[in-house]
Amino acid sequence: MARITAGVSTTHVPVIGAAMDLGKTQEPYWSPVFAGYEFSRRWIAEQKPDVVLLVYNDHASAFSLEIVPTFAIGCAEQFSPADEGWGPRPVPNVVGHPELAAHVAQSLIQSDFDLTIVNRMDVDHGLTVPLSLMFGQPAKWPCRVIPFPVNVVLYPPPSGMRCYRLGQALRTAIESFDEDLSVQVWGTGGMSHQLQGPRAGLINKEFDKRFMDRLIDEPEELAKLPHIDYVREAGSEGIELVMWLIMRGALDARVRTLHRFYHVPVSNTALGHLILENEK
Amino acid sequence: MALDKPYRDVPGTTIFDAEQARRGYHVNMFCMSLMKAENRTRFKAGERAYLDEWPMSEEQKQAVLARDYNRMISLGANIYFLSKLFSTDGRSFQYTAASMTGLSQEQYAAMMLSGGRSPDGNRFVGEKS
Repeated sequence: MARITAGVSTTHVPVIGAAMDLGKTQEPYWSPVFAGYEFSRRWIAEQKPDVVLLVYNDHASAFSLEIVPTFAIGCAEQFSPADEGWGPRPVPNVVGHPELAAHVAQSLIQSDFDLTIVNRMDVDHGLTVPLSLMFGQPAKWPCRVIPFPVNVVLYPPPSGMRCYRLGQALRTAIESFDEDLSVQVWGTGGMSHQLQGPRAGLINKEFDKRFMDRLIDEPEELAKLPHIDYVREAGSEGIELVMWLIMRGALDARVRTLHRFYHVPVSNTALGHLILENEK
Repeated sequence: MALDKPYRDVPGTTIFDAEQARRGYHVNMFCMSLMKAENRTRFKAGERAYLDEWPMSEEQKQAVLARDYNRMISLGANIYFLSKLFSTDGRSFQYTAASMTGLSQEQYAAMMLSGGRSPDGNRFVGEKS
């Protein structure tokens, strides 16, 4: 049977990808950022997951305003890096897992989570930057990836509780797949940031640290946090943090923290990163 | 009954809700078109002519031509759509964000390096820190 072996959360700021693509990772601005992922890269090289189910948001790349799915799942064999206005990132194509994706889609829909099924989609920095952070710059990604886009661009995104419950249903879905696979669930985006208007540049370290504490220790309570609190406290784009709750919902109530990292700033954004696994 | 929009009293912030998305549909779709290299070339060769291909208001077109990002956002544009426009100009998220704050690039970069804009005094319209 497939099993969920860990949960990972990380910020997915596009300029991190640019720093890697342009060879700037040793510069003074960037070296503390990448130092925060040294453990993660060693750890994942040992873990060798078969599949990563990667929760992220599309940033008006695959989905314009023509179609805005709240929850979607990429069921294709391959996904190409998107051209977001400066040409596609020079990273490998993402190889999907169509069989597991189709299984998860069917299971989740039958659990009342009405996903949009996507068979053709380019993937933007929301998906490729976490892969780069965790795996570096390999010639091909070392595992299959199921893209799981969540709308957080057009307000309102799904609630924190809806995301948390989706994570729980996702676990049931993955664990009922017959093939013996090690699957990680990643929740990406955040932490506090605001990219627009006179309030741009907002960072709330206290909120972010408390969010990580509560995600680990009391996710069910954290899931009740209303949207307005994210907007007011963590910035208009900080609302992406609801996606971390999907990852958390896929794990046990009690988890062990293998790694925790927080750094300000990355461009306009507070960077946060966690690796969690079930206690047992 | 009107929808509850508690985010209206967050200072310096426009939430891209369904109402804003409706207002800005064509501006945002114009931005999407810049994801294709050939469209970027055409846009750069004649911005006004390219904008005239889109059923946007004159006010929206003027805001694009002036690269007035606060104005574009008030007229329904969203920052992730706008990223296609500022990327076409070779500008970054940080450059664009700074341009909306009234700070210089240097001041904004320094603010971020010193920990960013504090939420204190910035949670509610009219609030004093």
